[in-house]
Amino acid sequence: MDISPVFFYLFAGLAIAFSVLVVLKKSPVASAFCLVVVFFMFAGIYALLDAHLIAAVQVLVYAGAIMVLFVFVIMLLNADSPSFDLGRSHLGLRVGAVAACVVLLGLFVYAFRASPLQVPPGALTAAQIDAAGGNTRVISRLMFSEYILPFELTSVLLLAGIVGAVAIAKRKLGAPEGTA
Amino acid sequence: MDMIDVEIMLAKVLLIVLMVLQAAPIMAWVERRGAALIQNRLGPNRVGPLGLFQSIADAIKAMFKEDLVPAHVSRFYYLLAPIACLIPAFMTFAVIPMAAPITIEGRSIHFQVADLNVGILYVFAVASLGVFGIIMAGWSSNNKFSLLGSLRSCSQMISYELSLGLSVVALIMVYASVHLGEIVQGQAETLLQLGPIAIPKLGIFVQPLGFLLFLTAVHAETNRLPFDLPEGETEIVAGYHTEYGPMGFSLFMMAEYGNMLTASGLLATLYFGGWQMLPGFAYVHGALGLSGNAHILAGVGLQFLSLLLKVIFFMLLFVWTRWTLPRFRYDQVMDLGWKVMFPLSLVNIFITGALIYLGWI
Repeated sequence: MDISPVFFYLFAGLAIAFSVLVVLKKSPVASAFCLVVVFFMFAGIYALLDAHLIAAVQVLVYAGAIMVLFVFVIMLLNADSPSFDLGRSHLGLRVGAVAACVVLLGLFVYAFRASPLQVPPGALTAAQIDAAGGNTRVISRLMFSEYILPFELTSVLLLAGIVGAVAIAKRKLGAPEGTA
Repeated sequence: MDMIDVEIMLAKVLLIVLMVLQAAPIMAWVERRGAALIQNRLGPNRVGPLGLFQSIADAIKAMFKEDLVPAHVSRFYYLLAPIACLIPAFMTFAVIPMAAPITIEGRSIHFQVADLNVGILYVFAVASLGVFGIIMAGWSSNNKFSLLGSLRSCSQMISYELSLGLSVVALIMVYASVHLGEIVQGQAETLLQLGPIAIPKLGIFVQPLGFLLFLTAVHAETNRLPFDLPEGETEIVAGYHTEYGPMGFSLFMMAEYGNMLTASGLLATLYFGGWQMLPGFAYVHGALGLSGNAHILAGVGLQFLSLLLKVIFFMLLFVWTRWTLPRFRYDQVMDLGWKVMFPLSLVNIFITGALIYLGWI
């Protein structure tokens, strides 16, 4: 697998830059727009890895559906005024935050450098996937045979989430117990 | 990849961009004349023959009018929004195959910009990004009517994308592929043999319900009447583009017509055989009496013409619908999306699955 390094660094760099912007932007809607760009860059990296299906689904589900819902809710609640204004941040807090970031980065670098673990190569090579009719076909076949149980369990999890949302939304506020 | 491949690629990209760019002025004229025809009046008929140059006059007006940015908008997002709307409109058309792939002198040519094996998923992925332009426009305008327009656009997009995707799932099940080229190839097979007439396995014949759902959902996705709530001018001035000057408005219109063109292309490709020749074209192709490369190229031309005629039909259908049906109320749009279209598309998948299991299609 050869990834064009130019495109990898382009996508990865932009992804990091926009992730930082998500945190730094004062307005929640602007943060959400930046997050869309981050998802798009991830999709670009997936596409570089020849995982076209994952790339398309990434844009379709995350950028296209979930983020539209996020923005919708942000605009509906009119949460555009910064609701978490902490005033001037404490100097000790800033120093602590920077120190924590540096330590975390160091840990990551150490973990990836020092780890003796080698990721075993997958059962399928790129050539085999092409021969079997492309990404979409191979993934669907695996999902509905070998991984059918986790796949179905995930949908049960989502169903539970939906039922919970409906239960919360239907509860009448201020109604006495037992009448709602 | 040598120079000729690069040249072919550039030619294809140029063709797509020009087609989408041309859609706006031509359709603006068609829409106004069509409206006039349906409402029994004349429409623009002064500039040029049949008023054909009206769009050019409009374009010149848009370019020379003062394009001011209102003081109360968020400038960056305000200026970015029309562009964010227009780019997905261009990108989606890239995967629609215009003709059968051919081989000339050992060089195989695909008549689509990008021959992706995720085909249709790419279209949905990119098309779902178009709504961000509208959201951005409404939000950055700092105007409550604009914001209402983009809120409506958001909720409409989420509601109808479900039915849109699910109606295509059933189609993918029939042709066992998400690759648009393979879906078009699959539609050439014979479904029924009635004496000398072979009825091809077109999407419309195997997925009639799916076609209706898809047609309705693309009307909602392209914000066309009866689903043009994001810009419903009798309720919210002009919706998300209230605060825009001539060029911003023109870009939004171009994006709308670009999306319409893609939607028509998809309708033709998924349900009406795409570049498969119209009845009689194959006879013409044979009767031309050409051979070799000329024969192949004539075939490509006829296939492209077939696709073009189908696309034109759907573009006219969009105009026809616009001037026939009144706008829905907001709650009716939501009811239709969630209580009618969504269950129906699930039923459609179930029926399709049962029919495939029984071996009928």
